[in-house]
Order: sequence, then C-alpha cells, then structure tokens
Amino acid sequence: MKALWTIFRRDLTLLLLGAPGRGGALLPLLFFLAVAMLYPFAVGPDAKLLARTGAGVIWVAALLAAILPLDRLVEPDLEAGFFDQWALRGIAEEGVLLLRILAHWLSFGVPLMLAAPLSAGLLNLDGGQLWTVEVGLLLGTPGLAAIGVTIAALTAGLRAGAALGGLLAIPLAVPLLIFGAGSLQPGGEGGLLLLAASSLAALAIAPFAAAGAIRAGRE
Amino acid sequence: MQPCRLAAYDLACRRGDRLLFKGIGFELTGGEALHLAGPNGIGKSSLMRILAGLLRAYNGHVEHEGALALSDERPALDPHQPLGEALAFWRKVDRAGEARADFGLEDLLDVPVRYLSTGQRKRAALARLAASGARIWLLDEPLNGLDTHWGASAQAAIEAHRALGGIAVIASHQPLQLRKLRTLSLLEHLP
Repeated sequence: MKALWTIFRRDLTLLLLGAPGRGGALLPLLFFLAVAMLYPFAVGPDAKLLARTGAGVIWVAALLAAILPLDRLVEPDLEAGFFDQWALRGIAEEGVLLLRILAHWLSFGVPLMLAAPLSAGLLNLDGGQLWTVEVGLLLGTPGLAAIGVTIAALTAGLRAGAALGGLLAIPLAVPLLIFGAGSLQPGGEGGLLLLAASSLAALAIAPFAAAGAIRAGRE
Repeated sequence: MQPCRLAAYDLACRRGDRLLFKGIGFELTGGEALHLAGPNGIGKSSLMRILAGLLRAYNGHVEHEGALALSDERPALDPHQPLGEALAFWRKVDRAGEARADFGLEDLLDVPVRYLSTGQRKRAALARLAASGARIWLLDEPLNGLDTHWGASAQAAIEAHRALGGIAVIASHQPLQLRKLRTLSLLEHLP
C-alpha cells in the first residue's frame, strides 16, 4: 500500500507539474480555454447562438483537452522500464493504472472544472447552464480520464501511437459527449444520470483493460 | 537470512515464429551464481525476462523463493530528476536502506539522470538493485558501459551478495571473474 502511495505521488507530480517532454497540467487547460475563446470568433458574436451552442462547445473542448496528454500518460514509464520494475515487486498493474487514472483526472478534470466559469463567460452561458456544465464535468471527466489511460496503455510503444491514440479515444468518448452536452438541452436532466453511468462503466473496465494491454505488450 | 532458491524446468522460448532455445533447466540455491553465455540474439535477455516472470515461457516453468530484482538496459530512473531523488523513489517503493556506497555515486546525486553517462547510469541501476534487498539478482549485461575499475566493483558487489546467501544470474558476453561460477551456454540449447 505504501509503495502505491509513493507511486501515486510521483504520478501526480509528473502530471500536474510536468517534466521536460511531459507537458504538465497547464497545456490541456490552455487548450480548453483557447477553444472557448476561438469559437465566438468563428461563429460571430450572436449572444443567443452562443448561449444555445456554447455548452456543447465546452464538452468538445473538454474531450479534446483530455486527449492532448495521452502520449505521456503511460509511454514514458513503459519505455524507461518502470512497469517491469513494479511487476517484479509484485505491484499489480491494475492498481498502478487505477491510481494513474486518478492522477490524470486530478491534473486535467479538476483544472477544467475550475476553468469552466471562464469559458462559460466567453460563451455567454447563464448561471443555470454553468451549474449543469460543472456537475456534468464532475461526472464525466473521470470517465474521460479512464478512457484516456486505457488508450494510452494500448498505444504505448507503437509508432505514431499518439495520433492513433487520439483516433481510438474519440469514438469511446462519444457517449460521454452525447450525455454531457445533452444534459444541457431543455428537458435533458436525465442526461446527467446517463453520463454518470457511462463514466462508471468506463472506470470499472479501464484498469483491467489497461493492465491487460501492458501485459500483452511485454510478449 | 531466509533461504532462497531459483529453479527452471525445461524452459523453451519462442519469439514470433522462431524457437530461440529449449530444454533449459537449472536449480540455484543461496550463494550460487549462474552465467548465461552465448552470442547476441540467442535469447539471453528473453531467458532473463522469463526468469523474472515478465515473459511467458513457451514451455516449462520457473520457481522462486525470495524476492527478485532485475537490472536490464532500462534503468527505470526519471531522466529529469536528480539521481538522488530518482533513487530515493525506489528506496521508498522498496522500503530499503542506503546501499550505494560501493558504486561511487555520491558526487552525482545532484546531477539529473539524463546528463549521466551510460556507465554512470548502469552504476545507478546496480545501486538500486543492491539497495532493493531482493535475494535473487537477475543481471542482464551488468558490465556494459562500465570501465575496468567499476566492472571489478560490480563483481565485488555480486560476490558480497552471494556471501550473504543471495543468488545471482548474470547474462553477459564478457568474461566474469567470480568464484565457483556455473555457466549455462545457450548454444547448447538450440532447438
């Protein structure tokens, strides 16, 4: 248990603060804000249109921001031999990867929730919509983190793994996007429940799928 | 010290369509060392990974009593971190004590791992292995990149480990100066 805590602290430091070649939490956050900022430029400053479509844009931006750090979630540690060393010590991959999902979520999901009010301002969302977006992000980003770590484990060690990872993650994240953005439509309150359900399903499968991918990669 | 043991029974390894070796069996107990010999590509590293439990054997099985530690070409040290912190991470994971005096790393502890030379990295990896407290050492090319002086020190560390009742398995294409060393030539186990 103590070993897992040490590993988690390392994961969190690396993902939050970054390291040369690893980026950190700032990049997805700036990317998320940049999309919210660019969108009004692209569609024009029509307040009604922005208010109606803005929440969907926030969800697309969140999804893309989750994909951004994929190539540094698992690959550098696999390359450096960390996963082999943990396996030798009898530390299960499932545990390591569950903690990595948590660290990834803390380093991208939470900053996105903090940045959402700013995006909401740029997109002219009202208070009620912002509240729904925040609850939706709270429920949905853990699922995005789980999908991200699974795909990162699957594509680690492949050439062009980063680009492939993005392509593989998008279809898996579609349910989260639909329910997340759908919860903001009039009468879409049930969307949040479905969002939570999809997120839980992704979280339940991800550590095992990702661990299986790491083990299969050793063969 | 608890007794330790490493035994392999009728191991075979297949990579892709090719059978690398077959019929490898041995048993090591405390204090013994085994040298895996053979030219490049014959399967020394694959055998090492099978012994470590990281690779599935095509046939046969491995038994071990006592913790395993592996040192291969990947040091598993964060490149951006100073060596001292990178080693401290593994000390915490292993809950192990300080045991790096033998490898002359004191002056390098502030240097980020990515600035270390191949030989210095190798010494750091060996220091981590020695500090892990594991009873069975699996060393894949431990002398690669080490000069004569540190090569001798590394072998002295292996001898000290054996003197305390540990086991060492060493894959190397370089000659080793270890006492009572058993040698397993993979050339004799070609399919």
